This record gives sequence, structure tokens and C-alpha cells, in this order.
Amino acid sequence: MFQRDSDRHSVLATGQVVPDLERCVQCGICSYNCPIGIDVRAHAWRGEPVKHSQCLTCGECVARCPRGVLRFEQTDLFKKGDE
Amino acid sequence: MRYVIVGSGVAGIAAIEAIRSVDTFGEIVMIGDDPHGYYSRPGLAYYLTGELHDKALFPRTADDYRRLNFRYMKGHVAEIQREVQSLLLHDKSLLEYNKLLIAVGAQALPLEVPGTNLEGVLKLDHMEDAKRILKFARRGRTAIVVGGGITALELVEGLLAHRMKVHYLLRGDRYWSNVLDEQESKIVEHRLKEEGVILHHHAEIIEVTGKNGHANGVRLLNGKTLKCDLVAYAIGIRPRTTLVKQAGLAMDRGILVNEYLQTNDPDIYAAGDVAQAYDPLTGRSILDSLWNPARQQGTIAGLNMAGKRSAYIKSAPFNVTRLAGLTTTIIGTVGGGRDKDVVGIARGDSETWRELPDAVIAQTGFDVNRVRVMVGEKTLLGAIVMGDQKLSLPLETLISAQVDISSVRNRLLAPNAKIGDVITEFWTGWKARN
Repeated sequence: MFQRDSDRHSVLATGQVVPDLERCVQCGICSYNCPIGIDVRAHAWRGEPVKHSQCLTCGECVARCPRGVLRFEQTDLFKKGDE
Repeated sequence: MRYVIVGSGVAGIAAIEAIRSVDTFGEIVMIGDDPHGYYSRPGLAYYLTGELHDKALFPRTADDYRRLNFRYMKGHVAEIQREVQSLLLHDKSLLEYNKLLIAVGAQALPLEVPGTNLEGVLKLDHMEDAKRILKFARRGRTAIVVGGGITALELVEGLLAHRMKVHYLLRGDRYWSNVLDEQESKIVEHRLKEEGVILHHHAEIIEVTGKNGHANGVRLLNGKTLKCDLVAYAIGIRPRTTLVKQAGLAMDRGILVNEYLQTNDPDIYAAGDVAQAYDPLTGRSILDSLWNPARQQGTIAGLNMAGKRSAYIKSAPFNVTRLAGLTTTIIGTVGGGRDKDVVGIARGDSETWRELPDAVIAQTGFDVNRVRVMVGEKTLLGAIVMGDQKLSLPLETLISAQVDISSVRNRLLAPNAKIGDVITEFWTGWKARN
């Protein structure tokens, strides 16, 4: 139980919001609810993870998307050796 | 070189982006008769419920459009004059084209009973329709919704959000019986009832009654009458083919196009809801009324128009929607079950305690978590995931890539099988090898 929670926390801390391009219908609920004002919708159109330095991984966009487009994933964006 | 695109939906926008990726100089003109231009039509459902305001539905800024460098005209095309490669517009002017894309979409099938011309009988195609619905949606008033499928539920949810009393009329004995199984229909109907919707089964409208030009009730086939302040219908759509019929292009229910999205006129293409695209894998021409296929078709059409030969490869049908608040993914073929390719149906809990690789965290926390998988001889043919969405990505991959699942087929179909665990385990192994 604890292992699972700690895994979740490490993904949330080091993970990125990743869109599934095929599911997105560009409704804008994600961008609308982002407390930082990141255009998550535009990322979903391009199929790009949200690499914005200000993304808090607060999870609002992931939770509110009516089509389950977004998820948290540990991507290799910040692997060692990257700047 | 002038590219002309008729229609301002996602197929048209995708085509413009695709053309520009190949041709920076050719002139592009887009002409559309939706006064609001390009916006998310699927998002209208969330505008109705109040989760979004209308401005949020527009994905592009003026800057984005400027960067794409095209001319946008609000207008209506009266005729396609193929012999002179021109469009006759509503104001009698002519617009010449070298390559033409028809991306005018589809529209709601009309309710064919007396009284539908009364005020307050509404459909949901475009933003103007959504605004009209919002004008009529008033707390305490009564609404009647008729239709099956997704749009009807969007109407129900939208009207409920405005505190209307909603009667939902189903023609059959359960909701969306050609896609959902009995249990799934029951889940949706139960949630609707909890939200206060009054469900009527085997209910068919034969007349809309009115007073002073405004709808005030409906009469049903079984003799029952219901009082209401508005009637919203969603009984299906049909491609907008009037323009093309007159031009003599090959048509079936939609405009027939080959795998390059080309019509029988080599300079005219069609994409999106209006197009009936040829699928080389099955040899059939299918209509699609989903956002992403429309975008893909627009992209492929644009590339071909600009000279970059590309074939449209249809992926397995795939749709995610929200049914009475439950995120539901539908992949491949799930309805009927009388399909002779189906060897068995596996049902179970879609929540899985097994860890997925890369610690994927998807939407969870639903009170309902169901999965139904249509199992074929060697592959999975389709699936429905209601609620917890963790399994939808693995299932999407396994179904569209037609992965050989023979090694776990019997485990999946075993009684009381832990479907979630079987699929997760299989997918984890498959991903590691691919």
C-alpha cells in the first residue's frame, strides 16, 4: 500500500502531463482550469508533453478532462545529461 | 496556385496546416457559413453544462491564424462549377480554385413529426444551436430530450445543469442498445435517474403541440401526452451533401473518396463528417463522425492537395465520451455480440492493482469501474472501459495493432477472471519486447 503511494508521489514530483492526441477534441477545459495559464490544449494538439517549467503537476487538467486525454508519466525529458 | 477549403471545422483547419507544411507560398482561402468560424464542436456539450464559457472553445488566436497565412471568408457556396474550376458564392461572385476541399461536415437529422417548426424545438449542431438552447433553458421548466447515443446525453446533462426538469424518451427498452450491453445501459440509466432524469422507455413522439407558436408538449405513440417548455432532439446526423449532389460528384451517404481523400474529380477532395473514406484494409467506404478521424482526413487531404502523396490509414474506431458523468472509452467493435469473429466476451473490474510500466497515472476515483472486452480468435476485437481509465491505453494499443493475444485468451475468458490483471500483465510484457 505504502509502496504504491510512494510510487505515485515520485511520478507526480518528477512526471509530466502527457496527452493522448487521438482522444483530444480541443474543448479547452484543460487550459481553462490551469492555475498557471498554460495552454495545455495546444500541447494536446501537437501531442507534446507539458514541458513548461511552471507546471506544478497540480493535476487539475488531468482530473477535469472529460475525455481522459491527459495522464502523468515519467518521461525522459529531465534525464541526466539534459539541460 | 489557389487552394480553396469549404467549411471551417477541424478537417479544414488541419488541411490548412498540412498544406502549409509543404507549400509556404500557395494562396489558401477558407470559406465557411458558421458565423463563429473554427471552434471545438464536441466542446459545445461542456459549454451547455457550464464547465466552459463560449470564448474558451476557440483553440486558435488571431496570431495563430496570421502565422498560417490564409484568407478566411464568411459565406455560403451556392454552386461548384467544375468546368471552370470556380465556386459560385451567395453574393453571385465567383471564387476560382486549383485544388478544392469540401469539408462542410454533417448536420442533425430533423425530427419528422408535425410541430417541429414551433419555437423551442431544438437540436445541437453548432454554437448558434447551443446559444439557443441556453436561452430556453430555465430553472424549473420542463425539457423533453429524444434520441439515443452520445449527443442526446449531452443535451440531457446540459439541461440538467440549468436545473430543468428533464424527461428522456428512449424508443427501445434501454439506452444505446446497439453499443452497450444490458449491464452498461443499466449503469448509465441508474446514474441518470439519480440525477433526477425521468426516463421513458418504448416512447416515440408522434407530435409536438404548441401554443402561440411555441412548443408546449408532446404526444407519444402510446397515447401519453407530456407537457414541456422545450424539446431537444438528437436522432442522428447526415453529411451535408446538397452542394456536391448538384456538382455531379460520386456519392453514397457521403461524398465518396479514395484513400487519398480525392473525389472522382482529381482536383476536388473531401474530408471530415461529409466524406465517406475508402478503407483499403476492409475494402469498404465508411462514414465517420468523430473529431480525430476528421482531423486526420483533413491532414491527409491537405498533403495530397499540395502534392505530397499520402494515404489515409483508418485506425480502429475509437471514441471517448462522458456518459452520465462516467468517462467511457469505446474501442473497435463492441456492439451486437452476434459478430461471428467474436469467440467470447470478457467482463470485469477495470480497476487494477498491478503497476503499469512507467507508473502511468490516469483518471481514477470513479465509483463504477467496468471493462468489457470482445475476444476474437487471436486478437482483441473491441473493448469498452467505463470509469477507471487505466486499462484504456493498453487496450487501445492491443486492439489497433491487432496484437496476438492467444497466450492469454483462455485466461481472459475464464469465469471470474481478473481481466484488469491479465491485460496489465500481458501488456507490460508486450511493451518490454516492442
